[in-house]
Amino acid sequence: MNDFLQTLVNAIALGSLYALTALGYTLVYGVLRFINFAHSDVFTLGAWVSFTIAGWIGWAGTGSPIFAMPVILFLAMAICAALGIAIETFAYRPLRRAPRLNVLITAIGVSLLLQNVGQLKWAFGTQPQRMAELVEDRSLFTIYDVHIRLVDVVVVILAALLVVALERLVYGTRIGRAMRAVSFDERVASLMGIDVNRVISITFGIGSALAAAGGLLFALKYGSIKQTADATWVLLGLKAFVAAVVGGIGNVRGAVAGALLISFVEVFGAAYLSPHMKDLYVFVILIGVLLFKPSGLFGKAVTEKV
Amino acid sequence: MNAAEVAWAGKPVLEAKQLAIAFGGLKAVSDFSLVLPERGLCGLIGPNGAGKTTVFNLLTGVYQADSGEIELYKRRLNGMKPSAIARAGLARTFQNIRLFGELSVLDNIRTAAGVRARSGLVRSFLQTPLYLAEQQAIVERSLDLLDVLGIAHRAGEQAKSLPYGDQRRLEIARALATEPTVLLLDEPVAGMNTIEKRDMAKLIESLRERFEVSILLIEHDMGLVMDICEHITVLDHGVTIAAGTPAMVQKDPSVIEAYLGVPDDDPELPADHQVVD
Amino acid sequence: MTEGSDARTRKLAERIAEIKPNPAVALGRSAWPFLAAIVIAFLLQVVIAPMLGGFYAKTLLDIGIAIVLASSLNIVNGFAGQFSIGHAGFMMVGGYAAACVTYYGSIKLLMPQGELTEAIGVSVLGGFLGSGDLLFLASCIVGGVFAAAAGIVVGLPSLRLRGDYLAIVTLGFGEIVRVLVQQTSDVIEPVKAVDAGVGEMVTHLGGPLGFTGTPTYVSPTPWATNASGDQTGHAGIFFAYSIVGILLVLVYRLKMSSQGRALLAVRENEVAAEAMGVDTASSKVSAFVLAAFFAGVGGALFAHSLGVTLNPNELGFQKSIDLVIMVVLGGMGSITGVVFAAAFLTVLPELFREAAQFITHLVGYHGQVNTDAYRMPVYALLLILVMILRPQGLFGIKELWDLGFWRRYVIPVWRKAAGGWLIPKHEARLPAAIARELSTERTGGEPAKSDDSPKPGASGDQP
Repeated sequence: MNDFLQTLVNAIALGSLYALTALGYTLVYGVLRFINFAHSDVFTLGAWVSFTIAGWIGWAGTGSPIFAMPVILFLAMAICAALGIAIETFAYRPLRRAPRLNVLITAIGVSLLLQNVGQLKWAFGTQPQRMAELVEDRSLFTIYDVHIRLVDVVVVILAALLVVALERLVYGTRIGRAMRAVSFDERVASLMGIDVNRVISITFGIGSALAAAGGLLFALKYGSIKQTADATWVLLGLKAFVAAVVGGIGNVRGAVAGALLISFVEVFGAAYLSPHMKDLYVFVILIGVLLFKPSGLFGKAVTEKV
Repeated sequence: MNAAEVAWAGKPVLEAKQLAIAFGGLKAVSDFSLVLPERGLCGLIGPNGAGKTTVFNLLTGVYQADSGEIELYKRRLNGMKPSAIARAGLARTFQNIRLFGELSVLDNIRTAAGVRARSGLVRSFLQTPLYLAEQQAIVERSLDLLDVLGIAHRAGEQAKSLPYGDQRRLEIARALATEPTVLLLDEPVAGMNTIEKRDMAKLIESLRERFEVSILLIEHDMGLVMDICEHITVLDHGVTIAAGTPAMVQKDPSVIEAYLGVPDDDPELPADHQVVD
Repeated sequence: MTEGSDARTRKLAERIAEIKPNPAVALGRSAWPFLAAIVIAFLLQVVIAPMLGGFYAKTLLDIGIAIVLASSLNIVNGFAGQFSIGHAGFMMVGGYAAACVTYYGSIKLLMPQGELTEAIGVSVLGGFLGSGDLLFLASCIVGGVFAAAAGIVVGLPSLRLRGDYLAIVTLGFGEIVRVLVQQTSDVIEPVKAVDAGVGEMVTHLGGPLGFTGTPTYVSPTPWATNASGDQTGHAGIFFAYSIVGILLVLVYRLKMSSQGRALLAVRENEVAAEAMGVDTASSKVSAFVLAAFFAGVGGALFAHSLGVTLNPNELGFQKSIDLVIMVVLGGMGSITGVVFAAAFLTVLPELFREAAQFITHLVGYHGQVNTDAYRMPVYALLLILVMILRPQGLFGIKELWDLGFWRRYVIPVWRKAAGGWLIPKHEARLPAAIARELSTERTGGEPAKSDDSPKPGASGDQP
């Protein structure tokens, strides 16, 4: 029972992280109909940027004040949002009318650029680092002999708050309505007076901010962060992307559902089947979903007009 | 056409019997029937959104009909893939031109003509005499087709750089390259001026004898349709509201209503006035 | 109607029956490119490689392998227009299958007979085209076949998925292969391997450490000998470039054939291709299978090259992207473009290093400059810029000989020299000229003046 509970907690925490990143993928796809390969690298950079800021301000190591976490969270999200907007403006906007394949390749290029520049000597380097302990490493409470760590609780609660905030934004505000309008029909939205470019920039900004939050939470939960081009980041990002697709890309609730599904498969698979093959389980799910219900669990099929 | 008309016009080549398809709750096409006789030139008209292109898509296998039969010389086409139907002898053009843009004009035709070749991949790799003969014949025939359609001088150009009228001609040439028995033309003169339309109309009429095809035509230009079609079927909201010779259809009140709405008492409307959609 | 217009509307089959190419000439035309490829490969090995010396000969070898791999990807990404970004997976399947054949195969076949002892282990066997080389060539085929089987598996999803989604599935495939190989156990030692069963061999591929012990049949300098006089090199450049030559001929013939045209049509407009009778499903799967086969052969070459130990970590997404960059920069669908891009990108890291070295020396800094870390960022930037500024890459879908200056200056000379002897007539690159020629032949002398004077909008015919 202990194992099960611990595994459950891990799955929920990891699922929350995936959800934050998956939302970024899904928002951008909803608005631009394209899969931003570079998104997962924003997640990575979120972790590194947080680490770096914590170092500059002097909160590295233990004993940081209680407001350290929110401050760094805010700063990381802001910086990454700016980065996301910059990427959209310089790399994707020129290709707004280009064939899909070209944008896809450009996204791969941006992803490679971020990864490899991130680990240059004058950037973040190639050495793995230990994340600052912005959240005390202690157990919050105990059920059935299983220690529920504070960190995990913070991760889940914070992620949930951000998701709820996003939901309110997309469904309850003017800018959210604008985003949804653009995702339905870009041309008509612009005819209705919506500044499509601004909406797209904002969407990228929000998506990147969420990814950055995910990155920071990841670093807090797992402690060590590896160099930016390391395979582990790529895999993480890939799995978040799988989560978005499985849930139905373009669908906000689907992204969260997909993220939880993927993390459960991965964590429980690693615990009860083989830990070495956990990446495999996720990809098998991806291929299964794509073959049998390509629009994902919650998505709608799109047909081509002949 | 009813049976009597068919007996007069010739052997039925393509028969659609009570075709129907619905998308979700929307009945796109209901109870559509049509008989296309050998060397016939029939028209399919109706307001926008009436389901005309949907009928084409049904006939060519892009959509599978919910009910009804499609027969080509008594051979059942239901359930076949579009490529199989094309190989069986049903070719089409598209409302929004679908050329192979990056390829040359000649290559567009060669691709379609190559479907009738028998050499497989191995023969292509080895370049056997059969392969060589086929390829040479394909190139020659493709150039001939381009010649007939009047665009041979553009054989080496990229398809997407062609002027609009030539693109439409290229689509027709490409469809003819598959050696079809039936040719479905979807709005072949859309966007053309009067002179171009007249030339295209003459061309389409001549295709029947020269290439031994029957033609079914979707068009909005009433003048052209009334001019060259032997028989016209009128669709509105997926339902056939009239079918018959041009003279009959022109006077049919339900057709007039579908296009113009219920007429006010306006005696000034000339009898041969063209409907502009 | 006139005679002329009747001839133009006859069916294809009748026309085919009329044309009877000379079988002997056809055979000659078919075979000469392959023979030329082998001769050139031989010259490269025997004449050029020794002139280049050890280091640059290795670079030449690397270029050859890169051309094979990039050209194979060109079939599926370029010709068929499908987006496959897990191509290294096929390379891995082919490479590991080939390594099994040469490693375990040579143990199984030769150890019982005494040709192989514990002391020699599984090293390179025999001289040029000896038992070892033959085993190696067989392993290339085997690698290709296994990769082709994988190609079917990956090709099938392509029937239901487009663009981004297909890309992800191919990526997933590459990762799945990588994970599976990583789970395998260490390579079995020669002594024990003699008795190993097939199941055992397949699960002992070296895991994360790589397939150690793969004999090196593809080294650039064949006639190098070590201190004890044993031959330590093999005719790698000859093998690699024979394969390069054969592959390029096959890919070119594919592009010119009806099947190749069908692939290009699927790329341009799948709906229209289907409507014109092209079975798009089998075309797409064929593209994957062919591409996978050649990637498998490339993987076999790679697995046996000097200094390489097949390792699942090195053949993952990174390698797949390297190949994609080569195809994109060269021009998706351009055979010559991809060859140039593959060669260029293979030597680029070295050029970089030299350039950085040179520049820093100029500025007065004397020391080693490590440019390796900058390789990928520069590639990435290059990729982005190309996509924004020149998305068709070097040549787009065209070939070197389709370019303006080539058509104006080189082709007339070439056609005079080679006429219809070396190149089949139908490979018309100047269709208008061919059209005139053909009509001259048909009407016996007088070029038929087109009675349909080509004016846009004018009637194209008389009823």
